Amino acid sequence: MGWLGLEFGMGDFVLDVNGAPLSVSCSPDETLLSVLRNRLNLTGTKYGCGEGKCAACTVLMDGQATRSCLTTVDSVGKAKIVTIEGLERNGRLSAVQEAFLEEGAFQCGYCTSGMILGATSLLHEHPHPTDSQIVEAMEGHVCRCGTYPRIVEAVKRASRSQTQGVGR
Amino acid sequence: MSYRVEPTEDGMRKLSQERTGMSGLDRRDFLKGLGAGLLICLTRASAAAQESGRTFGGHELPKELSAWLHIAADGRVTVFTGKVEVGQNIRTSLAQQVAEELKVPFETITMVMGDTDLTPWDMGTFGSRTTPTMGPQLRSMAVAAREMLMEMAAQRWHVATASLTSADGKVIDPQHARSVTYGELTRGEKLVKTVTASESLTPPKEWKVAGTAVPKAEGRDFVTGRHKYPSDISRPGMMFGAVLRADGFNATLESLDTSAAEKLAGVKVVREGEFIGVVAPDAFTAENAVSAIQAKWTVPAQPSNQGLFAYLKNNPEGGRDDGPQHVTGSAAQAFAGADLKLEEEYTVAYIAHAPLEPRAAVAEWVDGKLTVWTGTQRPFGVRDELMQAFQLSPSQVRVIQPDMGSGYGGKHTGEAAIEAARLAKAAGRPVKVVWTRSEEFTWAYFRPAGVIEMKAGARRDGTLVAWEHHNYNSGPAAIETPYRVANQVIQYHAAKSPLRQGSYRGLASTANHFARESHMDSMAHLAKMDPLEFRLKNLDDPRLKEVFQAAAVRFGWGRLKSTPERGFGIAGGVDKGGYVATCAEVEMDATTRQVRIRRVVQAWDCGAVVNPDGLRNQLAGAIVQGIGGALFERILFADGRILNPHFAQYRLPRFSDTPVVEIVLVDRRDLPSAGAGETGLVGLAPAVGNAIFAASGTRLRTMPMAPRNGLPGEPEPMVRS
Repeated sequence: MGWLGLEFGMGDFVLDVNGAPLSVSCSPDETLLSVLRNRLNLTGTKYGCGEGKCAACTVLMDGQATRSCLTTVDSVGKAKIVTIEGLERNGRLSAVQEAFLEEGAFQCGYCTSGMILGATSLLHEHPHPTDSQIVEAMEGHVCRCGTYPRIVEAVKRASRSQTQGVGR
Repeated sequence: MSYRVEPTEDGMRKLSQERTGMSGLDRRDFLKGLGAGLLICLTRASAAAQESGRTFGGHELPKELSAWLHIAADGRVTVFTGKVEVGQNIRTSLAQQVAEELKVPFETITMVMGDTDLTPWDMGTFGSRTTPTMGPQLRSMAVAAREMLMEMAAQRWHVATASLTSADGKVIDPQHARSVTYGELTRGEKLVKTVTASESLTPPKEWKVAGTAVPKAEGRDFVTGRHKYPSDISRPGMMFGAVLRADGFNATLESLDTSAAEKLAGVKVVREGEFIGVVAPDAFTAENAVSAIQAKWTVPAQPSNQGLFAYLKNNPEGGRDDGPQHVTGSAAQAFAGADLKLEEEYTVAYIAHAPLEPRAAVAEWVDGKLTVWTGTQRPFGVRDELMQAFQLSPSQVRVIQPDMGSGYGGKHTGEAAIEAARLAKAAGRPVKVVWTRSEEFTWAYFRPAGVIEMKAGARRDGTLVAWEHHNYNSGPAAIETPYRVANQVIQYHAAKSPLRQGSYRGLASTANHFARESHMDSMAHLAKMDPLEFRLKNLDDPRLKEVFQAAAVRFGWGRLKSTPERGFGIAGGVDKGGYVATCAEVEMDATTRQVRIRRVVQAWDCGAVVNPDGLRNQLAGAIVQGIGGALFERILFADGRILNPHFAQYRLPRFSDTPVVEIVLVDRRDLPSAGAGETGLVGLAPAVGNAIFAASGTRLRTMPMAPRNGLPGEPEPMVRS
C-alpha cells in the first residue's frame, strides 16, 4: 500500500553508491532501480521487465549480484551498491568490462551492464568457473540479440586475465 | 563523376529549394554548427522499394538527397545518414566503407544517424537494406568527395589530377613529394558541394578497412553504462508520464474516476478523447497515479488461440482471394501423376519481438517546436506520425533516435513518442514515457501467425515435379522455392488478423522456410534419399549449393548417423541477398522427450563481407534468437487480452538453451554486399525440426515445436523444450 506516498510520508535515504553517499527523498517502497535511474541519473542500470526475470537491472549489493527492480530502497540499508558506472577506476576498465569489449560480447548492449555485474559477482565467488557454473549463474540474464556464446567467452577471458593479474 | 562547385550561399539556397530531410532545420545554423570545412551532398536516383510489415504502407517517396558528409578543417569527417543503429553494427560497418573510399583513418569518422533535423530523409532501417543500398551510396559519395578533393589539390598545385594519389586523409603529389590534408584544402571556408554517384568504387578485393574486423564503434560506452539509450535521456525540468491502458483490445470506456490520482502531489491527469494519461514529478508517482485511476471497460468477444488457424484461412483481407502470384506449368496435373506425393499443413504462432528496451520517448516542446528522443527503426516515419497527431509541419518536429535497445522489426511505430508529446504539451514541461514490459507485450505489435499448406510431388528418383505453397496471413517473404520444379503454384493469402501485427526480423521468411525445408526433408525421406543429396539434386543455384556444402563439410554431415538419442538435420535457403545453410544437432531424452539443441553449424554468403566479426555476431545472434520461435515462444490471447505478457510467462532463449554455434563465412569479394541482419534466422527452425525427425521419426509442423505453455484441449507437445 506504499503508493499513497503522501499518506505514508516520503523518507530520506542515504545510499552508498559506487563509494559515495547519495541522499534521496522518496517513498520507502520505490525500487532501487527507479531511484538509481530516475533520481540519481545513474542510467547504466536498465529496466527490462520489472519482475526479476531478465537481470538487465543487476547491481552489486555488498558484492552480490542483485536485481534492483525487486529491491526497495528501504531494504538497502547500509549495503554498498556498485553499479556499472562504478566499475571503471581512474579510466581503467575492470577485467570483466575489458573482456566484454575484447570479445565483442554485445550487439545493442542493453543487457550488457547487467551481464557485466552478474559476471563480476560470479567471478568473485568462483574465480575459475566451469561452463556449467557460468550458465547456471547467468541463466537469469536475457540477451535478446543472442550473444550468449560470446558472453560465456568473455567471462572465461575475464577469469584468465584476473589470474594473470590483469585488470582488477 | 560530375559535381557543381558552389559558393556557400548558393549552395544553401540550392539545398533549401530541394526537398531534403533537413527541412526541419535552419541550414545556416546547421552549417554554423559544423564549422569550417566542406559539406558534400549526394544526389540520388530513386531508392528501391522496401518491404515492411503490411500495416505500414504509405511511406513518402524518397527525396533527392540521400546522404551528406562534412570534412572539417581539422580533418574530422562527419557522415549523416537517416539509418539507425540498433545493435546490428551499421554505425561501424558504414563508417568502415566511408573510411575505405575517402581514404581517411576509421577513427576520424563520426556517424550522425537517425536525426530528422540533421540527416537525410530515410524510409527506415529494415529489410536488410542498409548494406546493399546505404553502403554503396555512402561509398559512392566518399569516392566523389575524394575525387573532388584531388581536383582541388590539382588546381592548387597546377598539376594533373591523374598524377595525384590520396591516403590517410591527404591528397599526395608523389612527383613533388608534397601533400595537403583534406581539411587544409577547404582553406577555412565553409563550402557546400553537390556530387552525383561515382561509378569508380574500390573493388572489395582491394579493401583495406572495409572487409576487416573493426571493433564496434563507441564500444567502450556500452561496457561502462555511459551510452544513453532512448529510455536514458533526461531533460532539464523533465517530468514522468504514464498512460492508462484499456482492459483489452477494442474496449469501450464505461466509467472513469481520476480523483484519487489527482490527489497525489504534483500529479496532473490528462484526458484527450480516448487518451488518458498522467504526468508526475517522478516515475514512481506516475506509476502509482495511473494505478489509482478507476476505470471500467467493456471488452467485446474476440478470437483467441483456439480456432485461430481456421480463422486466418476463412477470413481473407478485403473479403476476397486475389489468386496465386506465381504459377508455372500445371501443378495439379503434375501432382496427380507424381510417384511420391505429400500434402501437409504447417502453422506458426504469433510471437513478440520483446526487445529488452521497451518503447520509450522523451518529448519537449519549445516555442511550438516538438523534439522527441525515441527508440524507433523509422525516425522519419515517427516524425510523420507526430506531424499528423499534432497538426505540425516538418520543420516543427524533430525526432532523434539514440542507438537503442534493439527492435528486431518491432519498433517501426511511434506510440510512446506520441504519448510523451501529448503529455509534455499538457504539462508544459518535457515528459518521459517508458513502457512497462507488459505494455510492450500488449500494445506493440506481433510477428504474424499463419497457416502454410504445402503440396509436393516427385518422381521415384527424387526429381521434384510439383510444388504448391499457400501462406495464409504470415506473409509472402521468401515464399518462392529456390529449387527447380517445373510445375508450381505459390500464393500468399492476406487475412484479417485478430491481433495487431507487423514487421519482424526476417518477416515471413522464417515461416516459409520452416514449411518448405521441413517439407523438403519429408520428401527426401519419401524418396529414401539423404536430405542433403535430395536438395542438391533439385537445386541449380550455385551459391545456395555452395553454402549447403560448406555447412555440411564443417558439420560432418554424412559421417553422422542419427540415433533415437541424437538427431542431425539440415535446412537452407536464400532471401534478401543472403544465402544460408544450417545444420543442427539435437539431443533427445527417450523417456522425458526433452529436446536440447547441442550444436549448430551455419554457412553464410552475402557477397563481400564488410565486417567479418560483426557478421559472425549477427549470425550467431540470429540462431540464438531463432531458437525461441522454433521451440517455445508464442503469444497466448483470448477475449482481446494477452495472457502471457511477462517474461515469467513468455519463455525466451537463455544461456542454457544455447548450443555450440559455428559460423562458416563464404566471403565473395567478387560480389556486392547484401544485408545480413535477418536471413541468418531462417534455417534454424527447419534444421532443428528435421533433426528431431531424424532422431524420433516425429515430424513437427508447428512453430513453436515444443511450447511449454499449453492451451486447454491442446494435445501435449510431442517433444518438450
